[in-house]
Amino acid sequence: MIEALQLEFMRNALLAGFLVSIMCGVIGTFVVVNRIVFISGGIAHAAYGGVGLAFFLGISPMLGIVGFSLLVSMVMAAVSWKARHRADTIIGVLWALGMALGVILIDLTPGYNVDLMSYLFGSILTVPASDLWLMVGINGLVLITVGYFYHDFVALSYDEAFARVRGIPVKKLYFLLMALIALTVVMIIQIVGLILVIALLTIPPYIAEKFSGSLLRMMFFSILLNLFFASIGLWLSYSFNLTSGASIILVGGVCFFISYLFGHRRFEDRIPSANISGRD
Amino acid sequence: MEPSPIIEVRDLWFSYNRNPVLKGVNLAINQGDFLAVIGPNGGGKTTLLKLMVGLLEPDRGAVSIFGEPPRNVVHRIGYVPQETAPDKRFPITVLDVVLTGRLQGGGGWRRFSEADRMLAREALERVEMWAFRNRRIGALSGGQRQRVFVARALVAEPEILFLDEAMAGVDQKGQTDFYAFLKELNQTVTIVLVSHDPFVVSTYIKSVACVSREVFFHEAPEITKDMLEMAYHCPVEMIAHGLPHRVLPKHSGDNND
Repeated sequence: MIEALQLEFMRNALLAGFLVSIMCGVIGTFVVVNRIVFISGGIAHAAYGGVGLAFFLGISPMLGIVGFSLLVSMVMAAVSWKARHRADTIIGVLWALGMALGVILIDLTPGYNVDLMSYLFGSILTVPASDLWLMVGINGLVLITVGYFYHDFVALSYDEAFARVRGIPVKKLYFLLMALIALTVVMIIQIVGLILVIALLTIPPYIAEKFSGSLLRMMFFSILLNLFFASIGLWLSYSFNLTSGASIILVGGVCFFISYLFGHRRFEDRIPSANISGRD
Repeated sequence: MEPSPIIEVRDLWFSYNRNPVLKGVNLAINQGDFLAVIGPNGGGKTTLLKLMVGLLEPDRGAVSIFGEPPRNVVHRIGYVPQETAPDKRFPITVLDVVLTGRLQGGGGWRRFSEADRMLAREALERVEMWAFRNRRIGALSGGQRQRVFVARALVAEPEILFLDEAMAGVDQKGQTDFYAFLKELNQTVTIVLVSHDPFVVSTYIKSVACVSREVFFHEAPEITKDMLEMAYHCPVEMIAHGLPHRVLPKHSGDNND
């Protein structure tokens, strides 16, 4: 690994992995506790429409994918806000429609020869320095926004009805959260590709939730886990010449099942024994 | 001196998907009242409460609290929602749940002052849950969690407290303690309580509203025969059988089927 770090592309890859780990841990926590994993997957896949659009219009792919994902996330926010429990069909349709649109637009673009696979499975090893700066910027934006609205997001996530009665602007916050998810998803696509976004967004918070007493701690542990997955995954990828995105997810998946099988719930076990008559 | 109503419901209509739930409801609640809202399942009790706290918008008519729409007076009311399906895994401590009751919407870097934390402590001590402050909310029993939700509502120092089926899933002893607590609280706070069980509350309340699409309001802690017939669509005698006598003062004994 040490000699690998002398290669610029490996240094960039590691840096990109670290940057994405941070926002992924923060936003993934909200995705998991609000149970909007499916919506996040929908945004990630529909984002491909943005890739197609960018090539068709001849603009920067990053611009196309960011713009399109934000648009899709707002549509999904509107749909899921109206009917939380009946929204999954429409989200599924948007999921597929976005991808189909991307494929068709690329078909229609003459002389297309961009590596499609890099969007499907990520291209952390070819992240250019300019993208790193964009990641730094978006990371900062996400962290500042979440920091400023942290308690509002907690109230919204825990008990939306109560938050509304308190006068917290829950609808605006929900749309804001969706926009933040869209930005995060776009960044994760760079690392593991749109097919694997869900794993990186949900595995660390799921593990962290078991031993966290607050969303803040859950975010912190998720970030640590993401950093661990990204470094070990990249090391495996370098050592055995494997696809980097898939290697990162594989490490996460193994940890997920270990925690699933052996992880006990620290907090839920601490029900005061005085109030339990007999055993159950 | 006649107190003026602090909650006024005027000709309120509400429907879910064109099915009318509330039809032309009128209600006036005075300061210091302890109102029980009773009625059959699906009769619109919870809907009426949600309209009163501003969670739902009426089709017609209006709710005013302190002479204003509910949304304008959120800082003066407390709300204890019905506990439907709490996310038991949600990582949040008892103290943090109560602190959300001090939130003023709209973001900020330092949200909770020392005063907020002191109020949270007082509220938790009041419901005897301070010792549990660092526990995860999901680790509590149903009754303990409900007390935390009451603390979360009280921490905002409300003038009116709205409670929705607060006692679902709590044992008899817990319920009795809780109503005694509410009665004491009622010395300073107006209380509106939705309950599916009219008889448990009858010794603590000051007035009753019976909701079954329409509302029968009774400015006394008694449940009349008409109310029960209207609300529960079943012979009054059946329900009245186990009642303490003061609840049905004009209860006639002619129970022929």
